[in-house]
Amino acid sequence: MYNFGTIYETTSVEDALRLKKEHPQAHFLAGGSDILIKVREGKLAGCDVINIYNLDELRGICLEEDGSILIRPLTSFTDVAMHPIIKQYIPVLGEAVNQIGGPQVRNIGTIGGNICNGVTSADSATTLKAYDAMLEISSIDGTRILPYGQFNLGPGKVDLREGELLCGIRISKESYEKTYGHYIKYAMRRAMDIATLGCSVNVTLSEDKKTVKRLRIAFGVAAPVPIRSTTAEASANGHAVNEALLEQVSVGALADVNPRTSWRASKEFRMQLVKEMAKRATKAAIEKAGGTING
Amino acid sequence: MAKKDITCTVNGKVRTYSVDVRESLSDMLRGQAGLDSIKHGCDVGECGACTVLIDGKPFNSCIYMAIWAQGKDIVTLEGLSDTKGAISDIQQAFIDEGAVQCGFCTPGFIMASIPIISSETEASREEIRRQISGNLCRCTGYENIVNAIEKTQKKRIAEKKSK
Repeated sequence: MYNFGTIYETTSVEDALRLKKEHPQAHFLAGGSDILIKVREGKLAGCDVINIYNLDELRGICLEEDGSILIRPLTSFTDVAMHPIIKQYIPVLGEAVNQIGGPQVRNIGTIGGNICNGVTSADSATTLKAYDAMLEISSIDGTRILPYGQFNLGPGKVDLREGELLCGIRISKESYEKTYGHYIKYAMRRAMDIATLGCSVNVTLSEDKKTVKRLRIAFGVAAPVPIRSTTAEASANGHAVNEALLEQVSVGALADVNPRTSWRASKEFRMQLVKEMAKRATKAAIEKAGGTING
Repeated sequence: MAKKDITCTVNGKVRTYSVDVRESLSDMLRGQAGLDSIKHGCDVGECGACTVLIDGKPFNSCIYMAIWAQGKDIVTLEGLSDTKGAISDIQQAFIDEGAVQCGFCTPGFIMASIPIISSETEASREEIRRQISGNLCRCTGYENIVNAIEKTQKKRIAEKKSK
């Protein structure tokens, strides 16, 4: 038995938004793999929840007319990883969420919950940041579009205002076209573990595969929130595909990150991981894009 | 506290349970259906001892709300026996391979292994380990569990080919 206050049941998104306006203190309950644990631990004991898990209109992935990919927030990690649209256009996102927890957790956990929870270690966050995902956030009064890059306000704090619910995650065609990504999760165990550090890189190369047209790199657990390294990106764009590029990205990344010491790892160890993983993930993304380092 | 009627299929039979809306699926299946193969291990989705299949996929029933089960098809370890109560091949393989010591984790491991042994394609030992990575065993060291699952999937694939 869970120690809940009131559980509000919903039959539609509109219903959920209306309930949230009436009961701003209530938490939305999606897959529950964060909230239910916090209730068990006592941190959220007695809280009110608005159950949205059954709202199938918030589930699924589709390719829109303008070529953008729309991921609805209740899509489970398993369904993201297995979805043909993700496999074809953004395989790195599937590979990233496939490293979360174990099979049971990936079946219940939702991608929307993962980013709304607002922690820096969220495995989906780095790749979504690196692909400039746009968030569709709704309240009973309307919908606003927010770049995911502006969503995280602090550890566990996101820009969801009173009455709001994340209803869509969109990646534009321009963002994923001819773009190849790679994600590295460094953790102590191969499953059921939280990242010590996460790094997601994607690259678009010139026609001859010799020059970087665009490189985007994001880190998890390298700062209080998932971040992009703009210094690394600026130094990589237009750079020739070679060993020096990897060094530039690595140096740029170190300039932007600000990891902390926690019981999982020291700041120094995380800095070492940033340095090394930036290189390795960049190299792997370039190889996926058909480029060769020193080739 | 509010009660709600939940109708779902449990081990092939349609059942309706009157649940407290705060109950987990494991509470409902143990308390009302008497399906004691489901273990309350960690109760926070880390150990896998409460694993059941929902619409064919493994879930931790301790962090699945009973009210979400409306209309779902649920299978527990009890549902693997045939109508006469004889155990299934995967259960026999766990016995034969010594994949059971204290037995507390066993039902969860067996339910987590069902998608692997039901698949048309053979999973490598590495893939089997990945598929059972959401389940903890403190006795066996996992090796015999992987052996039992590997043996059963090979047997099933061979049976399908010979038909």
